[in-house]
Amino acid sequence: MSDVLHKFTKTVPHWRPRVEPVDLKTATDEQLDALQVTPSNTKVSEYVLVLAHDPQSLKVRSPLFNAIMYDAGGLSRSERELGAIGASMVNRCIYCAAVHASRHVQIEKDDTVIDQIFANGENADLSPRDRAIFDFAIALSKSPSQAGPKEMSALQEAGLDASEILDLVLSSALFGWANRLMHVLGDPVRKAV
Amino acid sequence: MTTNPDVWHSTAVASSGATQNGPAGAAIAGRANILEMTQATEDAVLRPADPGTWPHDLRTALASRIARLNGSDALANKYREMSGTSAHSALADPSANSSNKAISAALVFVDQVATQPKDISADDIKVLQAAGVADADIVRLTEVVAFMAYQVRLTAGLALLAEMKS
Repeated sequence: MSDVLHKFTKTVPHWRPRVEPVDLKTATDEQLDALQVTPSNTKVSEYVLVLAHDPQSLKVRSPLFNAIMYDAGGLSRSERELGAIGASMVNRCIYCAAVHASRHVQIEKDDTVIDQIFANGENADLSPRDRAIFDFAIALSKSPSQAGPKEMSALQEAGLDASEILDLVLSSALFGWANRLMHVLGDPVRKAV
Repeated sequence: MTTNPDVWHSTAVASSGATQNGPAGAAIAGRANILEMTQATEDAVLRPADPGTWPHDLRTALASRIARLNGSDALANKYREMSGTSAHSALADPSANSSNKAISAALVFVDQVATQPKDISADDIKVLQAAGVADADIVRLTEVVAFMAYQVRLTAGLALLAEMKS
């Protein structure tokens, strides 16, 4: 279909499911519980309604996702987003890349890094620290064995300690998961104006 | 800091070779909550109460197959053992196929989502639907492959941290 987006963008697109989402009117109690639908919260995205076909996975994945991206300490918020963006570019998840690029811009209040990455991909002109983080995320996302001692040394030379590297491993790996849901189960399409 | 011993016995940490006294021991202990939640997601994805059309032994066989395709032998062996001995467990071998139409289509899908997710298109979902796989089972199957993409990368990263020079 012609409205499907194939290029990376900072503008978050609409996500159109490839399978039928769960219908809230016929959802089971377990699905409603996993969706956290309450009388005051009835607005649920189509993406989450698709995942509600497997409520047990949905219920445990959301707190894990939030802990990896937002728990205090370790790697900075924007550097975790950079790990997520590296994974999303390797897996060509246009939707995830857009969401996390816009978060990166929001946190940094600057879009230089994202514009570089979207224009030049793996050859983006980055600071040594961002370079090491982005390269590691790309390597781990392509194939786990591509991230090796060389990429680890680059992270250490750029000043990352073990806690920060673990957070980068977690955020990059998490998007190996998220990308495979979002990019596989739906299409990114232009928002209707 | 004392850490729940379960963290060190979780599939990812135990398979990586990382230890409490190793160079990443303190970092791992600092994220104990995340590693415990990771183990909870493994239970939910590989041993769910409602497995739909994909029984537990098939799920762990697929987990082993995906780990093998990603060069993660420690994880592959662990999941292969969990899968036991059944017609499904043999599918842990990446060269194995099935005469069942839905499972055969699922294997093609699993192998591609595991290794080349960027090339997946709407047609790949239609192929599963044409093989008789219900939408809910497509979501369940995708969760297995997607979770395993995380698990093999987390385990590989922990293994690198375990070998890290200070």
